[in-house]
Amino acid sequence: MKNIATFLLTVVLPIVIITIMLRDATKDNTLLDNLREEYAIPHIPSVDHSKHAELQRDFDDPHEITATCISCHTERGSEVLANAHWNWEREAYIEGRGVTYLGKRNLVNNFCTGILSNEATCNRCHIGYGWFDDGFDHNNPYNIDCLICHDNSGLYDKARGMAGYPVPGLDFQTIVQQVGRPEKDNCGYCHFYGGGGNNVKHGDLENALLNASWETDVHMSAEGANLECIDCHKTTNHQMLGRYYGVSSDNTMRATCEECHTSLPHTTKTLNEHAVTVACQTCHIPVYAKVNPTKMHWDWSTATDRIDGEPYEIIDTLGNLLYTSIKGDFHWVQNAIPGYTWFNGTADHHLISDVISENDSIIFINTLFGDAADPGARIYPVKVHTGRQPYDTEYRTIIQAKLWDQQPGMGALWVDLEWEEALAAGMEYIGMPFSGEYDFIDSKMFLMINHMVSPAEQALQCEDCHTRRGGRLTAINDVYIPAQTTNAAIDHFGVIMLLMATAGVVLHALMRFLARKKRTH
Amino acid sequence: MKQMKMVYLYSRYERFWHWTQAFLILFLALTGFEIHGSYRLFGFENAVHLHNNAAYILIVLIIFTIFWHFTTGEWRQYLPTGKNLKAQLDYYITGIFRNAPHPVKKTILSKLNPMQRLVYLGLKIIFIPVMVLSGLAYMLYRYQYDGVIHSSGFNDLYLIASIHTLGAYILLAFVIVHVYLITTGHSLTSNLRAMITGWEALEEETTDKETEQK
Ligand code: HEM
Repeated sequence: MKNIATFLLTVVLPIVIITIMLRDATKDNTLLDNLREEYAIPHIPSVDHSKHAELQRDFDDPHEITATCISCHTERGSEVLANAHWNWEREAYIEGRGVTYLGKRNLVNNFCTGILSNEATCNRCHIGYGWFDDGFDHNNPYNIDCLICHDNSGLYDKARGMAGYPVPGLDFQTIVQQVGRPEKDNCGYCHFYGGGGNNVKHGDLENALLNASWETDVHMSAEGANLECIDCHKTTNHQMLGRYYGVSSDNTMRATCEECHTSLPHTTKTLNEHAVTVACQTCHIPVYAKVNPTKMHWDWSTATDRIDGEPYEIIDTLGNLLYTSIKGDFHWVQNAIPGYTWFNGTADHHLISDVISENDSIIFINTLFGDAADPGARIYPVKVHTGRQPYDTEYRTIIQAKLWDQQPGMGALWVDLEWEEALAAGMEYIGMPFSGEYDFIDSKMFLMINHMVSPAEQALQCEDCHTRRGGRLTAINDVYIPAQTTNAAIDHFGVIMLLMATAGVVLHALMRFLARKKRTH
Repeated sequence: MKQMKMVYLYSRYERFWHWTQAFLILFLALTGFEIHGSYRLFGFENAVHLHNNAAYILIVLIIFTIFWHFTTGEWRQYLPTGKNLKAQLDYYITGIFRNAPHPVKKTILSKLNPMQRLVYLGLKIIFIPVMVLSGLAYMLYRYQYDGVIHSSGFNDLYLIASIHTLGAYILLAFVIVHVYLITTGHSLTSNLRAMITGWEALEEETTDKETEQK
């Protein structure tokens, strides 16, 4: 008895005490407290634009507004002209391609394929006025639309199909007197509606962020840090941090969690050690599309169907558009679980000029580089968007369809509902050959999930990945993940050894028992 | 009849060490195989904490015990001998069923039979060190010190974990056989009682073979 008590006292008790101590060692996160304090200080503008003499008037021509801005902010025009938001193109080196000039201007995506031949409607989201076609002057600073980013009145609006020009009849005198730093709804005006509707494209960027709850987004929620986009997408001279790998390719100027949180954000060392391999977003954004669904699949091949000669739509009980004759079939998901992939900050893209090999059954609209052996790569959450895109079966390239026009009979798919003409018109505009033979091919695109960070208590727990089956990182098989990864040879050997040891012992005991029985009888 | 005499075989420290180590190894196996993903018991996070803490305690225990072995000279008990090894093996394979006598007598100066010497020495110089070293390599694979995450430089976690897991299976197999073999003393429980109380009845002198000892 005394032995057992001593034993419990000297062995079991210390383990229990140490374990409890370590578990409850949640030291105060001073780093986080400091950040909260720092960002609680409101921005006080140094200028009140309503006091400027130049702005005490109405404007008819939006270009004139821009000229007025530049008359004081003399160097800002040329800054913007050098900006990717303006050029929709960036110089980047891509492994295997060399130096490239890629961007929304010339790339294809997994949604409306691309802007070419559709500029009048797509380029409503350009920070300029009048990019109707490739004749647009990118060197004229008076083509810049300052207001789309700097309007703080909430009154500014761009017209549909007008290549970025504002809707007619705006009260410009009121608007120009209330310009200031970009706020969430400035950025969101375009970035929430990518792909043609709220949350369609990104899944983690949508208008619910304007009034986000603490659970939806701890950064943007008023209950949380109440940040503006530009608090993280820090900007100097109109160059802002942030990369969207649907159009970007290189590992520069990224907006990162570490900017504010440092690379050692946790009070627990084990978690900090994870951050060498696992991106912050992986654990801290366990689900995205938390408030409204996002489009996960877009099948163009079913477009142009008609009922009784008329285009139609199918809408589910939740209001999601499942089919429309002009675009095809869609899948939507709310509270989506991300996919996970290695990523080192560099990416490649499927260019419209790339030839699709005979062996390819799927094309990757973009490719995120990185693997376990790459010290610069970490595991990131992604939205994996699948699609079916038109391609030329003869020349084996993706085809950019002409989607939109002011009037019928111009070959626009959304107007005339004729594939062949839309494909021919799009390729003619680009100046690429179209054989007339086309089919549809599966396509995949990866979109990084960076927003909608959940409260810490809702971050992934150990077992979400450290489990034998059904873990979040099941697809990651080139790095050792305790509990998920096994060495099959050792497990088989070990289990067989344990079974043999047990069987041997039982058999031996049985034989002893029988032998003794025989002796005593 | 052979003379039996109560002998104080296992000192207080030796018993403490033995049972603590037994408990720790079982506990490490229990938590370790949860970390391995074999089952869910404490929860992964708790299992890791418990495993780590038990490992620290085991390392401290091992350091004290190394010291004990050398100060008491008990390390000599583990010097391997080929003499009677075959006889001991034969005893377990055949003799025990005929109720043949133990081929090697247990004395204070030689508490372990040749097979025990060999196996326990193997544990001391191979299997437990391998567990401790691979376990430490697992812990230090990456560690935060002075505001920076360092790497031990021994970076193949797959290899580290494979060695550690293999060692765990071997230790468990040892425990199974060990627990059984302690029932092969003079009586089923005489060895067990000796390791608890320290005292065991040993033969004082040998007479001719006793066959009926029931
Ligand atoms: C001082 C000795 C030991 C140390 C320092 C040690 C340390 C560790 C560490 C750090 C881990 C990984 C935990 C994590 O994922 O963070 C681990 C896993 C494990 N340990 Fe130990 N351990 C020791 C002894 C043992 C013993 C004696 C056993 C079993 C008899 C054992 C069985 C296991 C098993 C099965 C795993 C899971 C391996 C895997 O699947 O990756 N360990 N140990």
